Amino acid sequence: MARLATLFVLSIIFAATAALPGRAAVFKPETFTLSNGMQVVVVSNHRVPVVTHMIWYKTGAMDEPPGKSGLAHYFEHLMFKGTKTLKPGEFSAIVARNGGRENAFTSQDYTGYYQSVAVDRLELMMKIEADRMTNLVLTDEIIEPERQVVIEERRSRTDNNPSAMLREQVSTALFQNHPYRIPIIGWQHEIEGLTRDDLIAFYRAWYAPNNAILVISGDVTMETVRPLAEKYYGVIPARTLPDRVDWIEPPLKADRHVELKHPRVRQPNWSRRFIAPGNLYGATEHAESLQVLSEILSGGATSRLYRTLVVENKTAIETGAWYSGDGRGPGTFGFYVSPPAEGDIQAAAAAVDAEIAKLVENGVTAEEVSRAVSQLQASAIYALDSYRTPARVLGGALAIGRTIEDVESWPERIGAVTVDSVNRAIATVFKDKRSVTALLLPEPTS
Amino acid sequence: MPKRIVCGVVLGLFWIVSAVTPASAVEVERVVSPGGIEAWLVRDHSVPITAIEFSFRGAGGAQDPAGKAGLAEMTSSVIDEGAGDLDSQAFQGKAEELSVHIKFDAGMETFRGSLKTLNRHRDDAVELLRLALTEPRFDPEPVDRIRQQIIVGLQQQSTNPDVIASRVWRRAVFADHPYGRPVSGTVDSIAGITVADMKDFVSSRFARDELVIGVVGDIAADELGPMLDGIFGALPKTSRAIAVAETAIGSSGETFVIEMDNPQSVVVFGQAGVGRDDPDYYAAYVMNYVLGGGGFASRLYREVREKRGLAYSVYSYLNPTRRGAVISGGVATRNDQVATSLSVIRDEWRRMYEDGPNAEELANAKTFLNGSYPLRLSSTGSIARMLVSMQYYDLGQDYIERRQEFINAVTLADVKRAAKRILAPEKMTVVVVGKPQGITPTSKAPEIKS
Repeated sequence: MARLATLFVLSIIFAATAALPGRAAVFKPETFTLSNGMQVVVVSNHRVPVVTHMIWYKTGAMDEPPGKSGLAHYFEHLMFKGTKTLKPGEFSAIVARNGGRENAFTSQDYTGYYQSVAVDRLELMMKIEADRMTNLVLTDEIIEPERQVVIEERRSRTDNNPSAMLREQVSTALFQNHPYRIPIIGWQHEIEGLTRDDLIAFYRAWYAPNNAILVISGDVTMETVRPLAEKYYGVIPARTLPDRVDWIEPPLKADRHVELKHPRVRQPNWSRRFIAPGNLYGATEHAESLQVLSEILSGGATSRLYRTLVVENKTAIETGAWYSGDGRGPGTFGFYVSPPAEGDIQAAAAAVDAEIAKLVENGVTAEEVSRAVSQLQASAIYALDSYRTPARVLGGALAIGRTIEDVESWPERIGAVTVDSVNRAIATVFKDKRSVTALLLPEPTS
Repeated sequence: MPKRIVCGVVLGLFWIVSAVTPASAVEVERVVSPGGIEAWLVRDHSVPITAIEFSFRGAGGAQDPAGKAGLAEMTSSVIDEGAGDLDSQAFQGKAEELSVHIKFDAGMETFRGSLKTLNRHRDDAVELLRLALTEPRFDPEPVDRIRQQIIVGLQQQSTNPDVIASRVWRRAVFADHPYGRPVSGTVDSIAGITVADMKDFVSSRFARDELVIGVVGDIAADELGPMLDGIFGALPKTSRAIAVAETAIGSSGETFVIEMDNPQSVVVFGQAGVGRDDPDYYAAYVMNYVLGGGGFASRLYREVREKRGLAYSVYSYLNPTRRGAVISGGVATRNDQVATSLSVIRDEWRRMYEDGPNAEELANAKTFLNGSYPLRLSSTGSIARMLVSMQYYDLGQDYIERRQEFINAVTLADVKRAAKRILAPEKMTVVVVGKPQGITPTSKAPEIKS
């Protein structure tokens, strides 16, 4: 990630659209595909004369060769170094001199780069972004200081932070086979061992127009974007892409418990994770029902978990649930809880456990489903507010292999979720299923 | 709203700087309600959303009474936990049912509120906002729950190196002045805040004379007026003034070390800055951009990160508050490189103090600061916040148009003068949290309470 930023791309649970009568549509994008296979997507928002220009590569940490963890992310940092025509640092200098803001991010599934600029600078951004798709120059003088930057980033994000350390360990227990088990930022010893050849091989393998998506949102139309996209991106030849491994996660056959005691922990935390279907993995028909379930359990102060454990029973001071299913691989459904200051972590954990058992036994109610559906559908309208959000949402979906129609019909699909469909999803994910339980505890004081 | 204690996701760092250009697409109207309440409005038809942002001046953490640190913040967390006939669950349930987002929070100098709603629920939404501001219930259950959440949050933060570094730094430079206290209070002070304290806070600080309002949405001035009266009309006309002593920022070159067994040290550094109304504000703003505010373009970034690989994050920023303005910065670097990182940062601080920027850096800073300004107008809420800030700092209704003039007027001599005036490399106060090698503290770090 980014040079400044976000290693973990948030799955905005939002989705898109409006509860419009008739056929819902969220962003109403226009799209076409260049002759080299690169898809171009435009979403217009004319409030202010600015645009966000994003390029998404359909490659992320999960595509790294064995033993090369951290390669996708380290490489992303290096995309800001020089090309055949730009000196190291010049890319960012050009963006800044033109009043632009920029960043990049790496996830397990994709890697993205973006600039937000005044609309009259869009062409320049397209020119330099297209340039670094093929013309990057990497030397040892360039990659070595950046390797240290990445290791410092790892220390900041993970090694200096007990909950992040635990999360990293939990992923290795939850995913037995899928590369999601390996941290995006990489294991330190493997980051240290990555070579210039590794980096260049990764670049040559995956950074190609037929593995990229261009998404532009803001004060533009396809009419103006199309000729520019053809001029700058359309001339880059397509490349044969490596085969992707179709990773399948075997069933968890044992419950796993991961515990970290750390002197910096003041508040114990318990969490439990189940492997779940994703939007593209496993029993995908459950994905929307699981989003609704997560909203029912955790969508605010009157949601089931918070109301029951925090407001009524006082067994917890904080609790919630989450569903993430927007990668290429398996999804996760998780629960977490922290006890009150003088409370008992085991009692809090037992209370969440009882809620999971109750879900499996009794399911959800029609009123809960209806409230959750309307909240999720409203989030789709709010997603239109910022000129940046449409590019993020559409890019994130397309980069894992979903379609514009998937995004645009999301409110309708959410609207089609029923008590029965949620209850079927509950049975699929939780009933008689193994899980991974994580405990974060203070180091005993005596 | 309940405090979120558990946050499982790492957010990106955003450079605290900003940018600017004339955003001619945005037209600011001044609206005065029949009851005399003023708001600045930007009409926006692009989305079916209305955003209201407002701020009560002089109702922030700096004005919390002695021994009651955290009062403003705790009140901000409790007033949406039940109001009028609606208890906590009923109030929150109504907001959730309508997908209305109402938020309050306390800063050092202001108490802030915001409302975001779909237009079709606007009437119900503003009624919820009115209730929270004028008839909060303070029922025992939510008060106790929120208090516990704040306390647990404070305890968790008490071992967070970033929080410790920043608190010790503020304590060191502001000493016993309220600006040296955390807005969030301490475990002890939060435990001692009563419902009577919060009721007194609401009745004495939420008043029309200290209120500034920004609205963005598809609403006409003659519709907005009655809405403003509906929300804010019942508030008292004048607030009870709370005097806050002038600060004297004590930055005398001290280096403090707080030992913590982490692989990476967190460092905060800085000294007194300039306020928003200072004649040198724009010059200082440009100077900071070149020094460490400009993200990938800044000198600190280039020297510490790009050239030497010493850190992932290094930055400086201006915090131009009314009284306690500072220029501050931070770096996180491995323990055996703290001395090197700090030496590079001090060299840059000194180089800027002695020579200022060069002409090219000044020109580049201006094009960025002007060109990127419209990027801030990204949503209804962000535009409404800008309208509030323009009123809070008396920038004028045409500020969005005129900001470019202020930036362009800054000369090289201005920036050099500002650098000489603000930066005093030998007086920078430095706080290191970690196990730094080669750093000798000048004296014992001031104590902070969690």
